[in-house]
Amino acid sequence: MRYSALSILKQGLTGHKGWPRMWRDPVPKDHYDVIIIGGGGHGLATAYYLAREHGITNVAVIEKGWIGGGNVGRNTTIVRSNYMLPPNTHFYEKSMKLWEGLEQDFNFNAMVSQRGVINLFHSDPQRDAFARRGNAMRLAGIDAELVDPAQLKALVPVLDFDNARFPIRGGLMQRRGGTVRHDAVAWGYARGADSRGVDILQNCEVKDIRIEGGRAIGVETLKGFIGANKVGMAVAGHTSAVAKMAGIELPVESHVLQAFVSEGIKPLIDTVVTFGAGHFYISQSDKGGLVFGGDLDGYNSYAQRGNMPMMEHVMAGGMAIMPAIGRVRMLRHWGGIMDMSFDGSPFICKTGIDSLYLNGGWCYGGFKATPASGWCFAHTIAKDAPHELNAAFTIERFREGRMIDEKGVGPNPWVQ
Amino acid sequence: MHQIDCPWCGVRDETEFQYQGDATVIRPAPDASEETFFKYVYVRDNPKGWHTEWWHHLGGCRQWVKVVRHTVSHEIHATGRAQDKLPVPDEGPKS
Repeated sequence: MRYSALSILKQGLTGHKGWPRMWRDPVPKDHYDVIIIGGGGHGLATAYYLAREHGITNVAVIEKGWIGGGNVGRNTTIVRSNYMLPPNTHFYEKSMKLWEGLEQDFNFNAMVSQRGVINLFHSDPQRDAFARRGNAMRLAGIDAELVDPAQLKALVPVLDFDNARFPIRGGLMQRRGGTVRHDAVAWGYARGADSRGVDILQNCEVKDIRIEGGRAIGVETLKGFIGANKVGMAVAGHTSAVAKMAGIELPVESHVLQAFVSEGIKPLIDTVVTFGAGHFYISQSDKGGLVFGGDLDGYNSYAQRGNMPMMEHVMAGGMAIMPAIGRVRMLRHWGGIMDMSFDGSPFICKTGIDSLYLNGGWCYGGFKATPASGWCFAHTIAKDAPHELNAAFTIERFREGRMIDEKGVGPNPWVQ
Repeated sequence: MHQIDCPWCGVRDETEFQYQGDATVIRPAPDASEETFFKYVYVRDNPKGWHTEWWHHLGGCRQWVKVVRHTVSHEIHATGRAQDKLPVPDEGPKS
């Protein structure tokens, strides 16, 4: 069923009893052309673009829990393409462009809201660094502008501009950045993929990847063996564990990142603000909750929950730059498991094992990448070769000295 | 909150420490192969389970403490000095 104003009207008049399921609950086939391990945003987007761009519809997405129950449901919904190093710049801009047309493309309301993303700076050197980043973006045809304190005061009056330690000197703004309803991204891609014939197999954990003669030929699951011509892994957070099934060792550590949402309040902030110096960033959801987060807890973890010291640190950052939120009550918080790669950049690549492909290493930037990640991974699987947009996101880059270290902090995943 | 038993200072909150990564990684000999150095710098086991790791007691004695900790339950099984060989349980965490 195609969603439209007319379909809502029709359903409204008939008691909303005619809405069909958004995706089926199929019995696994014995064999697929392509199996994607992981029914998160990236895996579902990959299946969608395999079907839509490459006409490959005999595809299964295999998920150990329910779709969208991992990091696509555990982020702060921000999208942006404000990266400086060329492979990242072009890749994330592809993602931004796909976000801009996504809802029409997959006929689902993902509440894409280009409300702008502002990175605050507090000193002349920091201003120079942001100007450089902005210029790199503009050279790649991406919107970026330096806003001065007067403009910022009009945009976000609630900030503490005269903060003693971090006085606000301005910000780098990407107006096309913003937020997207994260769950709807998973659902939209799932529905779009399913309607094109993709099987979404939930509660079907993959236990092993079967490899014969240096070639992946399928996966062992809770529901038995399922064969495939090609297997893609899109399980960020648990990439090390799944890659180990195929004997692949990776430059990845798993770390926990927390995020928070407050009770709903009246409109306070209508853009996204990042206060990098204080490890804090914030936006306001359409329900009125302040959605904010900060840094990794900083130790290896597969627990989808964090610890109190980092909560306190994030709140302190918020109080420093936005003291007005001091009396707002926190409603809930959550933790997601990040694949922290050793240069802060992802993998979308072949693996050295024929017909086995890797998508992972998203650090804490996976949500904004969802459309381009799926688009590029689908291309890589369909053509057995990367697209130029993801050609740099290989495992070999670490051997070859071609790291894409946006932050410039070296091989320490917990500070990337 | 992790409570880490520093061999020099006793039990302290994690906020006194800075995490320093996998403690099973050993620097290879200077004439080791490129492949060995690649693995030393970049490749990690990243276990879902018991992990032997460094915590630097930055806000205390400034010693590096070796810790065996579970990456799902966050339970700490043992702590010791850098040269100590700490036992790693076969089983999952107690709780």
